[in-house]
Amino acid sequence: MTVARGVWVLGEQRNGRIHPVSYELLAWGRALADDLHVYLECVMVGTGITAAAKSLIAHGADRVRCLEHSELLTFRVDPYARIVESLVREHQPEILLAAATTMGRTLMPVLAAHLHTGLTADCTGLSIDPNERLLLQTRPAIGGNVLATIKTPEHRPQMATVHPKARRPLAADPSRVGEIVVETIDESLLGSRVLRLGFEEDLTMASSLQDAELIVAGGRGLRTAKRFSDLFEIAAHLGGVVGASRCAVDLGWASHAHQVGLSGKSVSPTTYIALGISGSPNHLAGMSSAERVIAINSDADAPIFQVADVGLVADLADLLPRWLDRLRARKRRDGQGGLGG
Amino acid sequence: MLARIVVLIKQVPTTESVRLNEETGTMIRTGMDSAINPLDLHAVEQAVRIKDNAPDTTHITVLSMGPSQARSAIREALAMGCDEGILLSGREFAGADTWATAYTLVQGLRGLFPFDLVLCGERATDGETGQVGPMVAALCGLPLITYVNRLTWDEGTITACRAIEGGTEIVSCPLPVLACVLRELNEPRLPTLAGKVRAHELDITVLDGEGIGADKSLLGLAGSPTRVVKVIYPSFQRNTQLFLANDEGMEAALDHLETSLRRAP
Ligand SMILES: Cc1cc2nc3c(=O)[nH]c(=O)nc-3n(C[C@H](O)[C@H](O)[C@H](O)COP(=O)(O)OP(=O)(O)OC[C@H]3O[C@@H](n4cnc5c(N)ncnc54)[C@H](O)[C@@H]3O)c2cc1C
Repeated sequence: MTVARGVWVLGEQRNGRIHPVSYELLAWGRALADDLHVYLECVMVGTGITAAAKSLIAHGADRVRCLEHSELLTFRVDPYARIVESLVREHQPEILLAAATTMGRTLMPVLAAHLHTGLTADCTGLSIDPNERLLLQTRPAIGGNVLATIKTPEHRPQMATVHPKARRPLAADPSRVGEIVVETIDESLLGSRVLRLGFEEDLTMASSLQDAELIVAGGRGLRTAKRFSDLFEIAAHLGGVVGASRCAVDLGWASHAHQVGLSGKSVSPTTYIALGISGSPNHLAGMSSAERVIAINSDADAPIFQVADVGLVADLADLLPRWLDRLRARKRRDGQGGLGG
Repeated sequence: MLARIVVLIKQVPTTESVRLNEETGTMIRTGMDSAINPLDLHAVEQAVRIKDNAPDTTHITVLSMGPSQARSAIREALAMGCDEGILLSGREFAGADTWATAYTLVQGLRGLFPFDLVLCGERATDGETGQVGPMVAALCGLPLITYVNRLTWDEGTITACRAIEGGTEIVSCPLPVLACVLRELNEPRLPTLAGKVRAHELDITVLDGEGIGADKSLLGLAGSPTRVVKVIYPSFQRNTQLFLANDEGMEAALDHLETSLRRAP
């Protein structure tokens, strides 16, 4: 039996364009491949990807395997699973990663079932145990108070999905060299029992939260729906968007589309302002890759302060109205200044 | 012709204070309040709605793996209008990861062939993996439709809407099929008193590993490809400067906040 070797990531494309989550996966995979001294390969299934494969190499891939066919333009689980499974069986990578998108969350369990191997969902940390050469997969666990580290000791490949936006892509290096392999497609694998009848685009679902540079996020500590709604005004003043903890969503102060965290969105803004959020691991899972975290909480021992760069221990019932007053006053001044000048 | 639906459900703790067994990393759930996984209620509701349209020709089986207390979760589904409950329970199932859970459920499903539709919730609120449904479909060889927020059943075909990134995908599939459903699919009904009484009187079949003809080496912790290595209480490494508004005054706190915001990170 051959020893499984190499780190693979399953990239994603939409309508023939490489989806940015593929570059995040390469950042995850690059670190692991370097630790293991093996190749990092990116598997792309779709149409029109070979032409774009160079950018995957620039972002960290040593080899890109392109599985192209006009029938593979949109994700359908039957053909995608069969094609990737046969490639995995042929080359036996030791690690296979995908993004926890609706595609990754559908495809990876099917692959893991067929390949009879372990799969860890929604990892927030991946590393290599140097003694055993095993992938250590870390995810927030039940109840949200702990992080569980999971491994797959004997089955291969070791499989995990990672939260989109939990890691930044590496800077592109156009001088990187790598290999582009155009795989031949076995047409007998292309059938699908599920037929795609259509797609209705919904632009309101394409979230601005995940692309935002500044997020003003609120939790139960805001105490009232009214005070939570003030966040929208603050966000408008600062040029950001509003996020929410699950508690705030459960209380009906914000819709689920605003939820940040394990069962919400992962965000990676330049600045994340957390107001009245305790900082449970389930929440941190969605925002810990923010470049800078500013937290405001009345409890100096709130866990959110452990991930904050700047922490204000303050009562929001007092601070928030005063902050709004300042922002409004500044806007008025700027407005008048504009008119006068 | 009789339409046969199977709903996969899980019993989950209702509190967030679940403890983990530090050695095996599996959940300790004795003595906790438990209920049917809230997302599974939407799968049950969908099944019961199909039955509402054809009460005499639809049969709904609720299938679950869990400890014997999970009977009460099955009873919740029966009270909503399902016909039959089966619990896969036994010491040999303990500590199962998603692969071993899926294998166990598939062995249970084999006893229910033929069926037309298998429904399950998108994920359980305790494990939060969302992997078991798709794995069951794969191991059963069933077509799979995930992220379903609308579903119609018409003459041997399922048409469904899938809520995916950027919009809604509309798909169809001939039966039998497995669908994982979202909260947005429907509003689960509350069980009626008559439903509760009926659920209480129904016998729930309990099957162990032998009863479902399972390969023992594929069950429970022994059959799980994954192992929990450790469970930690996370600590983080940012260098936090704390500013105490009570000591320094609220206006000073705001000055500090605004200066931090102006500074580039
Ligand atoms: C499986 C699972 C998945 C989950 N997924 C998510 C998820 O995706 N996202 C998420 O956010 N949560 C998630 N949770 C819930 C999570 O565990 C926490 O319960 C939740 O994040 C807490 O929200 P919170 O911080 O708003 O509320 P709390 O934990 O109640 O915190 C409120 C904070 O406000 C502070 N406060 C109170 N009054 C004031 C005041 N006057 N001024 C200033 N501060 C004040 C308090 O000190 C406290 O720190 C999940 C839980 C589970 C079990």
